[in-house]
Amino acid sequence: MDEGLAIRLRGVVKRYGPITAVDGLDLDVPAGTCVGLLGPNGAGKSTTMRLLTAQSIPDEGELEVLGFRLPDESKQARARLGVTPQLDNLDVTLTVEQNLLVFSHLYRIPRNERHDAIERALRIANLSERRDTRVDKLSGGMRRRLLIARALVHRPQLVLLDEPTVGLDPQVRQELWALVDALRAEGTTLLMSTHYIEEAQRLADTVLIMSHGKAVAAGAPADLVAEHAGREAVEVYGPPARLAEVEAEAAAAGLRTRRTGTSVAVLGVDGTAPRGERRPANLEDVFVLLTGEQID
Amino acid sequence: MAAVERERLGRLERPAIAGVLVREVINFSSYWRSATFSSTVEPTIYLLAFGLGFGSLVSKVSGYDYVLFIGTGTVATAVLFSSAFPAMFGTFVKYKFQRTYDAILAAPVDTEELVTAEALWIAVRAGVYGCVPLIVSLFFGLDPEPTMLLVPFIGFLCGYGWACFGIAIAGFANSIENFSYIISAVLTPLFLVAGTFFPITGLPDWLQWIAAINPLHQCVVLVRSAAFNSYGWHDLLRVLYLIGFGLLMWRIAIKAMTRKLID
Repeated sequence: MDEGLAIRLRGVVKRYGPITAVDGLDLDVPAGTCVGLLGPNGAGKSTTMRLLTAQSIPDEGELEVLGFRLPDESKQARARLGVTPQLDNLDVTLTVEQNLLVFSHLYRIPRNERHDAIERALRIANLSERRDTRVDKLSGGMRRRLLIARALVHRPQLVLLDEPTVGLDPQVRQELWALVDALRAEGTTLLMSTHYIEEAQRLADTVLIMSHGKAVAAGAPADLVAEHAGREAVEVYGPPARLAEVEAEAAAAGLRTRRTGTSVAVLGVDGTAPRGERRPANLEDVFVLLTGEQID
Repeated sequence: MAAVERERLGRLERPAIAGVLVREVINFSSYWRSATFSSTVEPTIYLLAFGLGFGSLVSKVSGYDYVLFIGTGTVATAVLFSSAFPAMFGTFVKYKFQRTYDAILAAPVDTEELVTAEALWIAVRAGVYGCVPLIVSLFFGLDPEPTMLLVPFIGFLCGYGWACFGIAIAGFANSIENFSYIISAVLTPLFLVAGTFFPITGLPDWLQWIAAINPLHQCVVLVRSAAFNSYGWHDLLRVLYLIGFGLLMWRIAIKAMTRKLID
């Protein structure tokens, strides 16, 4: 076992019939960091999350979570792990507080600590005022905050966030980012899957880009950008014929490009660049270069 | 992660089962009215309809007033209605639509503990609801017997098996429509050849054989023995049979749900 690793995956393979959802994945999550699992839909992020709670059993490879080998010791790992699922599975006819109470039992918090644990979770999620509200009366953002609070009630050493902001308004998303950032500041180890680039860029210390069940790149967001997309990009807008021309010119000059809906971005430019909007290269450029896929 | 305690967590741990039970009990506070209504009113209607309707044609069956024969028999009906049906539908809804089991299995709870706790909870409810027809029968002239105190335990035992049966069916079913086959082809026939509404001795031989292996029939006989304080040695065999039924269904339910929940 590696010292200081909250999660260690080596050569993990998971197949569903003819589909290989996770295909030889290596993943390290050092304790006290936030790792973002970035990839388009179907890249294997959710399967990876299910493997970490032993709700999926791998066909090949080694998994260690908090020093416990999976799947044999997964129950010990799960006791120290908090999970926020992608799909809301709160008990909707119960109140906010009752939902937390149920999980304080499922996570075996001793009777005399239960009250404090629930109060703390309510405070973190900023739901103290809503403790007696039934879940089906909460807004989407509040439900998602409760989902996170529920994963924190037993003070887990590691929290898995599966697409924490999918389907939420931009304002609500930012509210959740603040919540995740506060957890990070407390030193909780986080593994977060997302297909929002901005989310990974803002919250993750290191990012692992997944495509077709494999890790295609890993590193700090800024390093990945510098390594794969250079410092600056030029965005050229125009009719399709003009865009094709720009692509051909860039290819002749040895520059890489990527097509967005309405423009061509020429990456890694220095002095000799086509005319267009100059902007800093970003993680999205890296993502599209490496996975060849567009995302929102 | 230097200092990891290597304590062994066993199978069927009490805290895991208690955690799932707590969830059910707290949830029950939000739907107990409808559950209690359907589990008690339906068998009571059977009791009244058959007991009073047929009762005017047939006065005595197997030596008992017909209304009391029915009243004691519908205890098993109440047990079935409050175990197999909620187990089938509840399990399927929690698995498929509410995704409750995903959340529970991410906690330190294994499928085996989850299934056991769910079945225990349903069985307790079946034991309680099963007493309703018996209580109604007291108003129709059934004499109280101390052995009647055994009825909730008989209901629990039988209910546990049927709860596991329902969970297993939910585990095997791909859609909620599949339940129609089970209800029409398995539960309704077994419910009718259980000796609830008429003694099985009047049935053709082959139906008597089906009745004899029908767990619901064992429940009917045991309840009548308790209600009329007429226990015999064969009742012990029936109890053993119900224990066997419960254990078998329990293992099948765990197998079915593990297949469904862990991939």
